[in-house]
Amino acid sequence: MSQVTMTVNGKQMSGDAEGRTLLSQFLRETLGLTGTHVGCDTSQCGACVVHVDGVAVKSCTMLAMEADGADVSTIEGQAAADGTLNALQQAFQDHHGLQCGFCTPGMIMSAADLLKANPKPTEAEVRHHLEGNICRCTGYHNIVKAIMAASGQDVSSIAAE
Amino acid sequence: MPKDHGIGASPKRREDVRFLSGTGNYTDDINVSGQAYVHFLRSDVAHGRITSINTEAAAAMPGVLKIFTGADFEGVGGIPCGWQVTDRHGEPMQEPAHPVLAQGKVRYVGDQIAAVVAETLEQARDAAEAIEVDLEELPAVVDMKAALADGATKVHDDLTSNLCYDWGFVEENKPAVDAAFEAAAHVTTLELRNNRLVANPMEPRVAIGDFNRGTGDSTLYTTSQNPHVIRLLMGAFVLGIPEHKLRVVAPDVGGGFGTKIFHYAEEAFCTFAAKALNRAVKWTSTRSEAFISDAHGRDHVTKIELALDAENNFTAIRTDTHANMGAYLSTFAPSVPTWLHGTLMAGNYKTPLIYVNVKAVFTNTVPVDAYRGAGRPEATYQLERVIDKAARELGVDPIALRRQNFITEFPYATPVAVEYDTGDYHGTMDALEKIADFSGFEARRKESEARGKLRGLGVNCYIEACGIAPSNLVGQLGARAGLYESATVRVNATGGLVVMTGSHSHGQGHETSFPQVIAEMIGIDESMVEIEHGDTDKAPMGMGTYGSRSLAVGGSAMVRATEKIIAKTKKIAAHLLEAAEADIELKDGTFSVAGTDKSVAWGDVTLAAYVPHNYPLEDIEPGLEETAFYDPANFTYPSGAYACEVEVDPETGKVTIEAFSAADDFGNVVNPMIVDGQVHGGIGQGIGQALLENAAYDENGQLLSASYMDYAMPRASDVPFYSVDHSSQTPCTHNPLGVKGCGEAGAIGSPPAVVNAVVDALQSGGHKVDHVDMPVSPSRVWAAMNA
Repeated sequence: MSQVTMTVNGKQMSGDAEGRTLLSQFLRETLGLTGTHVGCDTSQCGACVVHVDGVAVKSCTMLAMEADGADVSTIEGQAAADGTLNALQQAFQDHHGLQCGFCTPGMIMSAADLLKANPKPTEAEVRHHLEGNICRCTGYHNIVKAIMAASGQDVSSIAAE
Repeated sequence: MPKDHGIGASPKRREDVRFLSGTGNYTDDINVSGQAYVHFLRSDVAHGRITSINTEAAAAMPGVLKIFTGADFEGVGGIPCGWQVTDRHGEPMQEPAHPVLAQGKVRYVGDQIAAVVAETLEQARDAAEAIEVDLEELPAVVDMKAALADGATKVHDDLTSNLCYDWGFVEENKPAVDAAFEAAAHVTTLELRNNRLVANPMEPRVAIGDFNRGTGDSTLYTTSQNPHVIRLLMGAFVLGIPEHKLRVVAPDVGGGFGTKIFHYAEEAFCTFAAKALNRAVKWTSTRSEAFISDAHGRDHVTKIELALDAENNFTAIRTDTHANMGAYLSTFAPSVPTWLHGTLMAGNYKTPLIYVNVKAVFTNTVPVDAYRGAGRPEATYQLERVIDKAARELGVDPIALRRQNFITEFPYATPVAVEYDTGDYHGTMDALEKIADFSGFEARRKESEARGKLRGLGVNCYIEACGIAPSNLVGQLGARAGLYESATVRVNATGGLVVMTGSHSHGQGHETSFPQVIAEMIGIDESMVEIEHGDTDKAPMGMGTYGSRSLAVGGSAMVRATEKIIAKTKKIAAHLLEAAEADIELKDGTFSVAGTDKSVAWGDVTLAAYVPHNYPLEDIEPGLEETAFYDPANFTYPSGAYACEVEVDPETGKVTIEAFSAADDFGNVVNPMIVDGQVHGGIGQGIGQALLENAAYDENGQLLSASYMDYAMPRASDVPFYSVDHSSQTPCTHNPLGVKGCGEAGAIGSPPAVVNAVVDALQSGGHKVDHVDMPVSPSRVWAAMNA
């Protein structure tokens, strides 16, 4: 066991980790930040995406120790201090981009990463970017729509509510 | 202008706020003080006799509290099956014992041999590796037809064979059906496989057992679609805990799709071990574990025959299906290929004679049970594929052939024991023709061909039986439970309502849509209504969420309970207004006396119920809480017409979905946004089944596609935007909301459209291909084109 310290959502946090402790496990079990989810064990599903030093990372592919000293941001840090959802979160609610909510934290963190690099992505670019995020509920329709809407594009011509 | 509240409006989902901000409460987010962790040692062979288990070294490892094996569960009940099918000879199905931990034999890769409980999960895992298991490996039975051959190895030594049941439906119709085939002008035959799938809700299963020695109460936190059902099955049949000493909580659940209906051994284990160790015991499935322990779906091998007369009227249908049960009978498994499949074989068509034969077979594979649609996708797929093939053989338009045979008069009693109350199959087909732009298809095909691609259009219809189910009917059919729903409506003194329901929401948005109904009945703001679900200590009883039943059955129970509330509040209002009860009207949250300007607000009446200073105490009790149980009179019958356009790359066989359109009739619609979302999700799963997904076993019973590296889940780039429409609405005639249910439609209606489109594309390129089995992978398409 070693002590690992990182800045999470702007706050310094510490805890003990084994060499094999994954960042996802450390966030959930040691720091109690259960918004980051674990949906697989082969780094395919993307439910665990967080940002480490500004880069989207599947937190199940990184050891907690590797994140020692890093600046980590998770789903819990996305809304404003008063709880107001950010524009991307709000677009997901407005366009029904989530159902069971389990993949949602990873979707939001992954989509935020896309919009940072590509502020007006095409439909194909959104779909390509989400290759590493699996959703079983929505058929992706409203997720893609929400991300395009969050980028300021008019999605009113896309079929259905 | 769209409504902004009440029935028919699309308010934003209130549950989204917690899910979007990382503050949901899923089962794995729960940690009970002092909890220990369990790791299951699972069989890595499909079939074997356990000769010895040595746990001595493992038990001495750091942190290990106890290692359990089958021996610890002698005298404990097995995992029960909730449905008993009677075969075509009047005999009950063969029903093997299903132990919590393996007793003597393992029967599939994933079968649990031992359970290690330790202070940490890592310690439990490490210790499991030190358990020495001696197994005499036996031949595995994987293929269903081989499993039924004479001399086949038996999965269960104490059964007479691997045949669970041989079901004929309707058995008395068989001679007439056979005669109709003799007399037919044309017969179309198709053999196909409905591929085995893994439901894969994104949240893996979790169970936490807890025990309070001071009170003797057990609690189970579990990822379930129906916590009351788990309480009943586990309490009464496995562990012998009466309902009042057992609480089952299913908090936020990350998707279910059927596979979280069933009672699983891990739930019973954690509850049992918590009592044995006087410690909470937590199990969190990994995805790899989920592939070999969650019940799988589908896996039917079918031959279907369609008889037509000289005018192309359907005269008879005959089917022969082998349905895989896996190694043990999961909770609803026997009902899926029978009562949820055979009863739907009429589809949308007035075929007068139908005979369905199903042989359910035990194999050394993971148990198979309901997955989104459950039996109805299997029925729809074979029927809509054989109709397409018949149209091609006869040289007629596949839509015209369908329209010619549509049922048009309702109610309609099918020859397979159900009565459709309403429907408008021409209406949904008309709606589909509008949204799918059939008239522009030839131009799009030419454009594809100019790029060297083959384009195909596939169309199909579907009907499903939802709102599961009338208890008296399913009781006759072998169900060991009633399938009603309950609701308790509690009105607080200041007028707000809490509705406690046995329905469970795991993505369906009940916390938003159910208040729309209740608020409209009273005429108050939706924010005054709160939905509580997922806890057996709250709702009195419940059968849960599956079979597209929540609004049709659970919603109806809520309506009935709210009607009782309204009746009581009218009595109170009459007293307060010094008027006759019959003259009291409730509108927009105000009670008034008909024909006068006298009125009293909802909140004043509810306050009077709790502060009964001026109250008709001689007539009614104070307080305001009512419970209702609703048992449906019939199934509901949503229906629709779907269209898919694909492009096939003749160089590689790769299929891409270019467009997908769905026109559904769900009866009345409470929240259009949520309904459309349900259809989108179902279509996504149906496209997954048709193009990508396959739970493939090798001949030794090893699951080859046991992770997301090998099991191809649909991703965002595999699907297009969908065009959906639910404007064709024929309300259900027998429930108070006129709703039919929408959760499974997309998954039922979409696979045949995809495969019909692929065959159409291949035919357009001159390939004489009648059928390609799902998943329609590039290798299968290429092989079919180059056969």
